[in-house]
Amino acid sequence: MNPAESALQVRGLTKRFDRLAVDALDLTVRRGEFYALLGPNGAGKTTTLRMVAGLLRPDAGSVSVLGIDALGDPVAAKQITAWVSDEPMIYDKLTPLEYLEFVAGLWGIDPEVSQASAHSLLVSLGLEPHLHERCEGFSKGMRQKVALAGALVHDPRLIILDEPLTGLDAVSARHVKGLLQERVRSGCTVIMTTHILEVAERMADRIGVIAAGRLIAEGTLAELRQQNGQNDTSLEDMFIALVDVEAAA
Amino acid sequence: MSSAAALGWFARHEIRLAWREWLAMMTAGRRLRMRRAIAGLIVFAAIMHLPAYAVVGRFANLEAPLDKSALIVITSTILLAWALMLSQAIESVTRVFYARADLDLIMSSPVALANVFSVRIAAIAFTVTAMALVLSTPFVDVLVIGGGIRWFAAYGVVVAIGLSAAAVAIAIAITLFRLIGPSRTRLVSQILAAIIGAGFVIALQIAAIMSYGTLSRFAVLTSDAAAAYAPGLDSIVWWPARATLGDNEALLLLLSGGLVLLGAVMAIFSPRFADTAVSVTANAAPAHRGHRAKAFRAGSRQQALRWKEFLLLRRDPWLVSQTLMQLLYLVPPALMLWRSFAGSSAAIVLITPVVVMAAGQLAGGLAWLTISGEDAADLVTTAPLPSSQVTRAKIEVVLIAIGVLFAPLVVALAFASLPQAAITALGVAIASASATAIQLWFRVQARRSQFRRRQTSSRLATFAEAFSSIGWAGTAALALAIPIAAVISGLLTAGILAATWKISPQRA
Repeated sequence: MNPAESALQVRGLTKRFDRLAVDALDLTVRRGEFYALLGPNGAGKTTTLRMVAGLLRPDAGSVSVLGIDALGDPVAAKQITAWVSDEPMIYDKLTPLEYLEFVAGLWGIDPEVSQASAHSLLVSLGLEPHLHERCEGFSKGMRQKVALAGALVHDPRLIILDEPLTGLDAVSARHVKGLLQERVRSGCTVIMTTHILEVAERMADRIGVIAAGRLIAEGTLAELRQQNGQNDTSLEDMFIALVDVEAAA
Repeated sequence: MSSAAALGWFARHEIRLAWREWLAMMTAGRRLRMRRAIAGLIVFAAIMHLPAYAVVGRFANLEAPLDKSALIVITSTILLAWALMLSQAIESVTRVFYARADLDLIMSSPVALANVFSVRIAAIAFTVTAMALVLSTPFVDVLVIGGGIRWFAAYGVVVAIGLSAAAVAIAIAITLFRLIGPSRTRLVSQILAAIIGAGFVIALQIAAIMSYGTLSRFAVLTSDAAAAYAPGLDSIVWWPARATLGDNEALLLLLSGGLVLLGAVMAIFSPRFADTAVSVTANAAPAHRGHRAKAFRAGSRQQALRWKEFLLLRRDPWLVSQTLMQLLYLVPPALMLWRSFAGSSAAIVLITPVVVMAAGQLAGGLAWLTISGEDAADLVTTAPLPSSQVTRAKIEVVLIAIGVLFAPLVVALAFASLPQAAITALGVAIASASATAIQLWFRVQARRSQFRRRQTSSRLATFAEAFSSIGWAGTAALALAIPIAAVISGLLTAGILAATWKISPQRA
């Protein structure tokens, strides 16, 4: 696929710390797709996504975000990308609205547009009673919602989420999932890592499984089942089987 | 396990934690650096004997009976040490309540909480006293070498005042909890610690300036007026001074007093320690409500960054209190400046190095907060602007804050002496820029709440920052008195900066 036609195209992406974390990874995510990236702990999911988001410099390889060379022109790539980590990093001394105002300012969004968008996002995430409270007293789930609202306030075309549902209660998790699906319907692309396989099973258009820094399986749920020759097995069983095979190899 | 054995086990646990915390502080958390840290500490302690000799060497031959002036100076020095220990003890107590992650574990365990917290109170007293003993060693050594073994009694005085300072700190902290609640206690106690730490010296300096027009605190202490107001020679007030000089009876009474005070505090407050800890957990953070319906600001991305930095600084009184020390030291020179309008004084020259030094230290703290202490590092890194612009915006915040704080002083100085104001302004700018540059070269990602531990991330950066501030302060002072010496001092300080840059991780 032409890089300009894909939301994300990664080629030969490599990163080494003490050991090889990402091993010449190739990955393509289509535009308007909800892509779930699965893998055991230490498989290289977060490292891969951090390199895509511009938080880590790869040792080798290329990253193209909606046709933009993210390593050659990181500012242009960042303008259309949002990153949400599993550990919500927000400012304790700012209120959710102030946090979103800051994010919108960083992305250079028209204040009139961003103010309306910020308000609506926070309300839709159930934070209306806390709009003017400083975040220092917020639970992890509330902080995660603020961070997510911050990621969406600048209307990104590619949203990268690393375990976004960690710490969220069932109602909040449903809110977040609804919000992400809404974004996908409007043409946005979502890439998400998760250990909650039911979420990937229900929400993702395609699923990629990564182990030891390499993509070991990829496709729709039906395609993955076909590849494994088990038509009615759950994603959990397939995932464990794939990872076990990889570990044994 | 018997109760006594459990207490012994818990005491060992506390000491191990304290030791590892101290070690982590000295080695910045890197095990491989332990040997180097210990070697560095020994060298540092040896070097500290030189300034100790300069400060107390001439007092080594003091013998009882002393006159009132000598008693006042020694007692005031002990009182200053006690105030500093109290300040450190208040910090320790607050940290135990708010930062120790093991309170849930301890309180959910089947042990008698009053006993466990007695051990914890004793551990605080032990830590404060041990630190004071370490710091006082060079001074006592000098006195023992110069004046004989009777000066060993000074160690006993350090122990006694350490115990009493810890006891008073615990009483203050728990009383504050009762009076103003846990959410405000943290802030108030930390501000209190900062003010107590610096307050005594500054109060003496202010008194000296108001009475004698000098920055020296000895001017007040050795004055006839102080002697006239001081109690008689047989007063209990002089016991600490007598104990320091080797009066065993006074020393024994002082040690007994410290132990009784700590024991009383343990007996009274240990049973309440658990309640206090519970109320801290239940009220961890107060809900601050901001202004409603404010329109989002328009502006550039750098403006957004600057706005965020200023807002965070303004809203964090704890951080402000941590930098309060530097600002408090500006009060005496400001007062001296004010007095100099009434009558010209050569002592006004002393203002320049104090101001330059304070600016350098303050800029270092602010630069750490804005450059390293970024709570949402991922957000800022993934924002669509080059990292150079992010750094520039953060540096601008530091320099603007320094400008706003120091400009009034420089302007006031201009009315007294225009050349001195110009040199002070230049010194403030260079010292601030140098401290900011050092923080930039040694930047490490951290949370703002780790501000107090910023020195541990790099001892080298801490020392470089201190030497740079001292160097520029000295250069500014010399520029006013011996300009050619200022050139040499300036070159030496620039050399320190260049060497720091050469070995900084940013360059590597």
